[in-house]
Amino acid sequence: MPRIGTAQAWRDAARGLLAQGVPPQDVDWTVEGAPQGLFGGAPVATQAVPVNVPRSFLALAQSVVWHSDPQRFAHLYAVLWRLRDAPRLMQDRADPEVARLRRMEKAVHRCQHKMKAFVRFREVPALNPARRNFMAWFEPTHHTIEPTAEFFRKRYADMDWSIVSPDITARCMDGQVTFLRDVPRPDLPEDAHEDLWMTYYSNIFNPARLKVNAMTSEMPRKYWKNLPEAAVIPDLIAQAEARANAMAQATPTLPPVRVEAAQRQQQAFASRWASTGAMLEQDLRGCARCAIGCAATQVVPGEGPVDSPVMIVGEQPGDQEDLEGRPFVGPAGQVFDRAATEAGLDRAACYITNAVKHFKYRTERKRRIHERPDRSEIEACRWWLNAEIERSRPALIVAMGAVAAQALTGSGKDLLRRCGTIEETRGTPVLITVHPSFVLRCGDVAAQQDARRMLTRDLRRAARYL
Amino acid sequence: MGIRTVQEKLAILSDAAKYDASCASSATTKRNALGGKGLGSTESGGICHAYAPDGRCISLLKILMTNFCIYDCSYCVNRVSSNVDRARFSVDEVVSLTIEFYRRNYIEGLFLSSGIIRSPDDTMLDMVRIVRKLRHEERFQGYIHLKTIPDAAPELIEEAGRLADRLSINVELPTDRAVATYAPEKKPGQIREVMGRIRARKQAGQDRSHTGKRPPKFAPAGQSTQMIIGADGSNDATVLGQSTRLYSSYRLKRVYYSAFSPIPDASSKLPLIRPPLQREHRLYQADWLLRFYGFELDEITGVTPDGNLDLDIDPKLAWALEHRGLFPLDVNRASKELLLRVPGFGVKTVQRILSTRGNRTLRYEDLTRMGASLKKARAFITAVGWTPGALTDSAGLRARFAPPPEQLSLL
Repeated sequence: MPRIGTAQAWRDAARGLLAQGVPPQDVDWTVEGAPQGLFGGAPVATQAVPVNVPRSFLALAQSVVWHSDPQRFAHLYAVLWRLRDAPRLMQDRADPEVARLRRMEKAVHRCQHKMKAFVRFREVPALNPARRNFMAWFEPTHHTIEPTAEFFRKRYADMDWSIVSPDITARCMDGQVTFLRDVPRPDLPEDAHEDLWMTYYSNIFNPARLKVNAMTSEMPRKYWKNLPEAAVIPDLIAQAEARANAMAQATPTLPPVRVEAAQRQQQAFASRWASTGAMLEQDLRGCARCAIGCAATQVVPGEGPVDSPVMIVGEQPGDQEDLEGRPFVGPAGQVFDRAATEAGLDRAACYITNAVKHFKYRTERKRRIHERPDRSEIEACRWWLNAEIERSRPALIVAMGAVAAQALTGSGKDLLRRCGTIEETRGTPVLITVHPSFVLRCGDVAAQQDARRMLTRDLRRAARYL
Repeated sequence: MGIRTVQEKLAILSDAAKYDASCASSATTKRNALGGKGLGSTESGGICHAYAPDGRCISLLKILMTNFCIYDCSYCVNRVSSNVDRARFSVDEVVSLTIEFYRRNYIEGLFLSSGIIRSPDDTMLDMVRIVRKLRHEERFQGYIHLKTIPDAAPELIEEAGRLADRLSINVELPTDRAVATYAPEKKPGQIREVMGRIRARKQAGQDRSHTGKRPPKFAPAGQSTQMIIGADGSNDATVLGQSTRLYSSYRLKRVYYSAFSPIPDASSKLPLIRPPLQREHRLYQADWLLRFYGFELDEITGVTPDGNLDLDIDPKLAWALEHRGLFPLDVNRASKELLLRVPGFGVKTVQRILSTRGNRTLRYEDLTRMGASLKKARAFITAVGWTPGALTDSAGLRARFAPPPEQLSLL
């Protein structure tokens, strides 16, 4: 097997051997330059013969060929041989031979990953004045220079670079990668940015959280000799405890004079958030009359002309309303909009609000599930609803659903029977109807249509008040 | 105070940024610089370029634009009333540091945060300028994480989302009340509003227009947040309750838990203690169980009377010990949902068990090759050639996993 282009060479050789039916025990795999086996047999005829191999094995082989174990080719061919009779072998996560290949694959992947992470370039004189040139010395555990070069080519497309290793060297010029054997270790010039990098490394470390094992498990010591920042690690560890103690013992000092100036400055810029709209909406923002608000995103105030003769009251904002801060914009809002259009009710001419102004929910499987507000929460929020009624003095209030009916008339019971009737709250007529989300919750199509008809009928009646 | 060099500024402004836990560079759109697109690429898994002796990964250049700040949050080293050294980077300095570090393969990109100077809008605008220059002039394709200033103008947050991979806003503390006490200038409601807006904006970015074109991606790596643990008196149930709400409400990619660590020139309002690292670790484990293992919040926090996680054993084991009746499970028959609840089995192990089970019956030795931690799992499973016998019921089961008790210090 050659040291450059190993993956393709192994694939061709294995394909040839398989086509000729050569069993694994008759093959002696050697690497270019390594001592030949006892019998120094004839090289393999590498012809491209179509052989069916599971895709998952090919992917595995593409990585395992780069492992440092001299037996890797033999191990791969042994499993390839077995695959002829056991096509589902790759799915067996517990087969010892496949498991060994998986372990080797994992080791190569890890080595590739560490190479992507731990190569450190230094700038060297440019060969082409239009492109900067960088060079690194790196010692990988496995033969990962070749399979990882593509990563660097894609990332550093606008510069030239070389990664020199004791085995193979990758050199990229003008976007073309070439591989070379046995390039001697270069003497790289000092790079001023390396000092800045070490400054950063020393300062981003928090001495109060020393966890040396966590560091070495991810950045094993074998890589340290080529990492510039590793030089400061012993000092950082040695001083950590003293630095943490010094931090803890530093007594609070007097605040600097800057504080006062800053506080004046803060008062000077009035936040846009503190000064929007009318008083009611502003007060509503800070509402903590019940506990729902702490879990919700924002309060959802009423919307529409405050002097509208028709006020429509729903239950509470839902998921979508909570995110957008506007009432009836979610699925139930769409049902409402359709019914209103059918009924000839102009939504923009009505004042639309909710009996409860925050979204109440529980979480289940990472989703927010609507929860009906309880009596005390409805009661707490009624204060705001009354204020809205006081401000608008509508000719008709439409109570959609049991919660709205409860807030406005004191009872949310028997809603379906009361639907379409007019009751009153403090002298203002209240038309009771179903909530748009009731339409969505109805099980079968017939019931859904009934509910939709009921809602449309009542909204048509409300339209006459506009 | 003379003019500081870039090196001095870097020392001050990276030191000031080290209390932020996040350093992820993963899960964004796949990009590279081929075809004259400039410099940089992204990897789906992210890359950690170095590890500091605190065990944290260094993936991004994590710095503050400035540590001058007009806010006075007690837990923060940069609050206005602290006497730490102050510095400020210019736009060009941050851009040049990012590009030069990136070319030397030190980092995956930039994580930029800042103290509030002048006004929130001014601060956010300066941060956006830096990212604009990186993306448009340097044509930088690498990863950018921007800490969002919640009370900045919506247009600035919009532009930030189009330029950066990830946006984040820290909720800082687990309850609104704690925020009011320790960070009087921050408004938790407003932070949630911005998170809600970012989620809605992200969703809108996924819909095709009527011509079938997709709009430009908005914060493709999503949003995240950080909560400080141990500065206020909240228990773990409160902390995890807050995270569950944040995950479900705003589809956050991550909630980071940061053990409160003593800061130089600390405010007298706060406890000067060793950071509760073990508690932080258990919270991350519980967070994972909630997100990937199908656990519900009260299952995890309900097993201890005070609503705090058991510090000695991991939360999954704590749950299993409280529900011994369910075990042992037969690995050859149990459902995926139940297998995920076996201590010592991870998501990958369970997938491997399920895919192998289709071919043949599993023996105990097979499990050793699948990445399971059998030291833990063996008391809770049966397989061909293995039954735990009395192991599941034994009263000493917990003692076997918990560390030996330490003698309490007298003082």
